[in-house]
Amino acid sequence: MFAYRTMVLAVPAAMAETGLAMLGEAPRTVVIDRDGLQALLEALGARGYTLIAPTVRDGAIVYDEVEAVDDLPAGVTEVQGPGSYRLSKRDDAALFGYAVGPHSWKKYLFRPETVLFRARLDPDGGFVSSRADDGVAPRYAFLGVRACEIAAIDIQDQVFLRGSYRDPDYGSRRDGAFVIAVQCGEPGGTCFCVSMHTGPRAESGFDLALTELIDAQRHELLVEVGSERGEQILGDVPSRPALPGDLSAARAVTDDAASRMGRTLEADGLPQRLAEVLEHPQWDDVASRCLACTNCTLVCPTCFCSSVEDTTDLTGTEATRTRKWDSCFTLGHSYIHGGSIRASTRDRYRQWLTHKLSTWVDQFGTSGCVGCGRCITWCPVGIDLTAEVRALLTPAGASEVLP
Amino acid sequence: MAEDPVAEPMLPRPYRVLEVKAETADVTTLVVAPIAERPIIDAPTDPRPGQFNMLWVFGVGEVPISLSGLRADGTLVHTVRSVGAVTDALSHLAVGGVVGVRGPFGTGWGVESAAGNDVVVVGGGIGLAPLKPVVEQLLENRDDYGHINVLVGARTPGDIVFTDNLEQWSRLGAGIDVEITVDAAGPGWHGHVGVVTDLVARAQVDASRTVAFVCGPEVMMRFATRALREQGVPLDRIRLSAERNMQCAVAHCGHCQLGDVFVCREGPVLDAARLLPLLGVRGR
Amino acid sequence: MTERSIRDLLGDHPFFADMAPEHLDLLAGCGRNEMFPAGAALAREGDSAERFHVLRAGRVAVGIHVPQHEPLVIATLGPGDVLGWSWLFPPYAWRFDAEATQETHAIGLDGVCLREKCEADPALGYALMRRFAQILVQRLEATRMQLVDVYGKARDG
Repeated sequence: MFAYRTMVLAVPAAMAETGLAMLGEAPRTVVIDRDGLQALLEALGARGYTLIAPTVRDGAIVYDEVEAVDDLPAGVTEVQGPGSYRLSKRDDAALFGYAVGPHSWKKYLFRPETVLFRARLDPDGGFVSSRADDGVAPRYAFLGVRACEIAAIDIQDQVFLRGSYRDPDYGSRRDGAFVIAVQCGEPGGTCFCVSMHTGPRAESGFDLALTELIDAQRHELLVEVGSERGEQILGDVPSRPALPGDLSAARAVTDDAASRMGRTLEADGLPQRLAEVLEHPQWDDVASRCLACTNCTLVCPTCFCSSVEDTTDLTGTEATRTRKWDSCFTLGHSYIHGGSIRASTRDRYRQWLTHKLSTWVDQFGTSGCVGCGRCITWCPVGIDLTAEVRALLTPAGASEVLP
Repeated sequence: MAEDPVAEPMLPRPYRVLEVKAETADVTTLVVAPIAERPIIDAPTDPRPGQFNMLWVFGVGEVPISLSGLRADGTLVHTVRSVGAVTDALSHLAVGGVVGVRGPFGTGWGVESAAGNDVVVVGGGIGLAPLKPVVEQLLENRDDYGHINVLVGARTPGDIVFTDNLEQWSRLGAGIDVEITVDAAGPGWHGHVGVVTDLVARAQVDASRTVAFVCGPEVMMRFATRALREQGVPLDRIRLSAERNMQCAVAHCGHCQLGDVFVCREGPVLDAARLLPLLGVRGR
Repeated sequence: MTERSIRDLLGDHPFFADMAPEHLDLLAGCGRNEMFPAGAALAREGDSAERFHVLRAGRVAVGIHVPQHEPLVIATLGPGDVLGWSWLFPPYAWRFDAEATQETHAIGLDGVCLREKCEADPALGYALMRRFAQILVQRLEATRMQLVDVYGKARDG
């Protein structure tokens, strides 16, 4: 059986540098209230971080720059299902009472569009090329990073930073990022992090982790310290020590979330089992529904495919190469002179799903899926990856039981 | 962060075209030398036969092209067939022109691992390009290898590349056999007519001590591998060069995936035992 | 080479690999040594096909005669190959031209003699027919690959 998430639990390089290992004993925990959270945001701002957090825009919870706690989606939750997403009001004023929307932190670390370099022709006929940004990357503080998303960031770290070649743009953004996790209390209808062993509780990979404790009597946040950098910033935030009751209440939040997952995926042995059904008729079935629209790959927090585009200015003396997100659902993705290898939607859906859940493990040691459910929610025809996997693991010809 | 050995893998470096040679109507060999002080990007190793560089034509685009010759002086030899916008632009470069280079990338053929064995080299069309430095390496270390068979296929006599080299090798006499076949002969052709796999079937091969290096169109490699197997050469001693859409060359962009393989990183050279099952899944 | 008997030469040829010794004996009785200098014709389209040639050395070009044109070469054959199956089927006439492009050594097997022996000994007939079927399949496969034009630009963008 494959150990799905063992890599995630390893302390990322950036974390090790900030001195988590130096802390020694169990992570310190404190409790803050809403004002304390505001103080935390201000402390991050004062240290030069650009603050990114969930906020409501165009009928969805997205990630964007925020300034204050008031910008967070208070009292809002999501109703998610295959091909459907809408916001609804909560009975309380919880700040993090939802799962994940269409955005992921990928858009800040592995940007949808990145100028890789600009080159200028020399008078002598040569050219000089240089990276567009010369290494000056923004320093982000991410607030509200879910356990599945920490796993996703770690997966992209594996792709872009831990291979033979390091992606400089991703690396400079990743190194500076301050991660404030939020432990999940409200799983979405398409969530299956429990199956993928990525959540709902984040154990590492954060500077600070918040668990929202809200009921009729109180609205507080338990704060776990994950790094020295996190510890330092807490010095600027009014807090009280956490009591045993706070800890058990926080644990109950994620235990409850774990028991209410919207979806499940039988992940044990999945890589090998999928590798054995590459000619299953279910691929034709799903291809008859799939629009190859690329939505699933764009909302996926781990999908990393990109293509480059070369342009020149009007004089032809300056050339720019831009990297853009690509998707294995496009015909051009597998193009070699003369045609595309993956000519049909069947080929491309199979590539996407088997890469995510099977060959990713061979390549990187972990699954490429963190169970966030975005590909299910944002599929315009509601294709449910977990249902497809169940059908694929049903021997061809046997009757299938789909939800 | 620790200093990475290859910090800027995406930046092309300018190279000047020193020589241009028209091999056939649509195949051109370019010899290029670095313009700037840095001869080649901070590559982990010296170039090896079977590796490739990304060649960039200013403002047009970039393509992966295998090394078709190795020189000690830091110049690079590439042989390009004009099949699209970028390769066409490369083919039209003149001496003094400039090309951007990233690389070398990928695995090599692992020629040294064939030491002590006979070697069969099978090249189809432009597929001979990455194999030319293989033969050159074999000949430079002649005593390390047994008999050498160089089997070459092309569509017509006019499509045969490296004719000078082939002629020179065939004149070496004992120990090396060079056989060339064309699919369609024309007037004045007195050589073999037929597919390159026929040459494999007819070659004198001691299967118990043979390593084969095969490069050409995928169909040709599949059939050549079959002919080698029928000669008794085991799959894990047949090396093939896979072709997929390689864009970044550093296993970041995702395009060249073939099953669990990133062709740019684990390939392009792979054992037939590894590659054939992957190619066997159609549309993968 | 001249020292070796036709029986031994046939036995060593890949076309007759694993042939039963008694069948080789029968075949050898229909065989003769042949040498064709470069340029010599082994077959001409329409001529009576009285034998087939087991090639031991040299090279033979199989082609089609085109008026006012050099012969159109379809395939070349060499050591290890056999030339000719027209002797097997009526009207026992060559379908193509065949010409030695180098000095070529072969064993010519008499078709009339062979046909009689095959009729009399179906086991021999089957053994021989199976080998020719395999050659036909190989040639057909090679022809298909030539047709596919694997190096072709038609496939390129």
